[in-house]
Amino acid sequence: MRILFHIGRYFQLMGEVFGRPERLGVYWRRIIEEIDLLGVKSLGIVAMLSAFMGAVIALQTKSNINSPLISDTLVGFATRQSTILEFSPTIIALILAGKVGSTVAAEIGSMRVKEQIDALDIMGVNSAGYLILPKVIAAVLIFPFLIIMSMFLSVFGGYLIVAATGIISTSAYQTGIRMDFMPFSITYALIKTEVFAFIITTVSGYHGYYTQGGTREVGISSTTAVVYSIVAIIISNFVLTKLLLA
Amino acid sequence: MIEVKGLSKRFGSTQVLTDISAVFKPGMINQVIGKSGSGKSVLAKCIVGLHVPEEGEVLYDGRSFHHLEKDEKRQVRQEIGMLFQGSALFDSLTVIENVMFPLRMFGVMEPGAMRERAELCLQRVSIEPEKNKLFPSEISGGMQKRVGIARAIAMQPKYLLCDEPNSGLDPQTSIVIDQLIAELTEEYGITTIVITHDMNSVMETGDNIIFIHEGRKHWQGGREELLHTDNPELSAFVYASGLMKRVKKAMGG
Repeated sequence: MRILFHIGRYFQLMGEVFGRPERLGVYWRRIIEEIDLLGVKSLGIVAMLSAFMGAVIALQTKSNINSPLISDTLVGFATRQSTILEFSPTIIALILAGKVGSTVAAEIGSMRVKEQIDALDIMGVNSAGYLILPKVIAAVLIFPFLIIMSMFLSVFGGYLIVAATGIISTSAYQTGIRMDFMPFSITYALIKTEVFAFIITTVSGYHGYYTQGGTREVGISSTTAVVYSIVAIIISNFVLTKLLLA
Repeated sequence: MIEVKGLSKRFGSTQVLTDISAVFKPGMINQVIGKSGSGKSVLAKCIVGLHVPEEGEVLYDGRSFHHLEKDEKRQVRQEIGMLFQGSALFDSLTVIENVMFPLRMFGVMEPGAMRERAELCLQRVSIEPEKNKLFPSEISGGMQKRVGIARAIAMQPKYLLCDEPNSGLDPQTSIVIDQLIAELTEEYGITTIVITHDMNSVMETGDNIIFIHEGRKHWQGGREELLHTDNPELSAFVYASGLMKRVKKAMGG
């Protein structure tokens, strides 16, 4: 029954988040700030993880090919496919759920315990909309760029390791990454990214917004936000894959 | 004028407020006093609409707040200024941005006029212009309270609520804050409600004092009457400190 309470309250909060904003100009400035905080400041971690994971996928694929009948182009093909279909949109979303989700929940949670949200409410500001909506819009706008960058760097990471170790020829790798390419894969990945961006910011915003108590509870909210975001991402990933690819 | 009629509030099975009725008049300091946990802050939160009472109503110049439509409630809220116990300044905004915040959200002023209004409010609470660009974490607690007052009066409110404005402040700064609230109340004819358990503050500025004990209104009156009360709970509260005991002795009590 507790889960039904949370689901009901989450949708009630979303009604307020997407309610009429007071001043669009103020929201615009907040969106820019959030793009920087949630997106630009995540560039480094996304870039590093993507490049290394691409390299690992390439190494793993090659080390598992034992049959001489399987072409070396499979290394590039497998790196591209796993990167575009799952690694970049889903695994990076899980990483961002940890980084961005905890930031969002901690920021809003500490505003709650310091009575800053009460101050907004008393002024007549739609506090849920003011605090959560710019984060949702920022994440929905910037996450696709992060994911496209991640796809590129992953495939490039695979290329670098192939070039550095010589496990296969770079031309075989290049042939592999161009083999049977379906542009819909990118659309599929970006649809997932948008859904995950929404989940991360709203679920974390929800947990931060309803924090009660002190600094210890802010920490608990932050952890809970990450856990629930991850669970929601995994479930929605399954649903979206079934709907879009199966 | 703010009027509270038959207000009751409970959290789960705990009854926090029971049948509280009071009138808070404009142009004077209305103080709600009582021990910690007596329900003062819950009363303040019911008055400003942060808590919805199970019974009773709060009237802002005759407008029953909890029965208003969403937009009308928002309108009333824009007429309320509130000073929080911990100031509740926005950490990510500078001193002047904090004061400009309500003006930005609701004001119809040009950016230059907004800044001028914010500077005027900060000047009124004696914040030096060089502090305007600092963040709340870079100024003292007393200064944070003054910035909180400046933000509360930025929209020229009709009602001002102060939740324990002296908590965490030294006696001298407390007096400065009390006097500032009293001056602003008189100057702008605001209906001011101060939630406090600081007897210095009560004796310094309290005009209309309401004593809450275990969630019920036990007493209402002025400063002089307070000193001569025969209400046992109120007497125990007022004369709890050594200083007040000496005052009582000097009065021949």
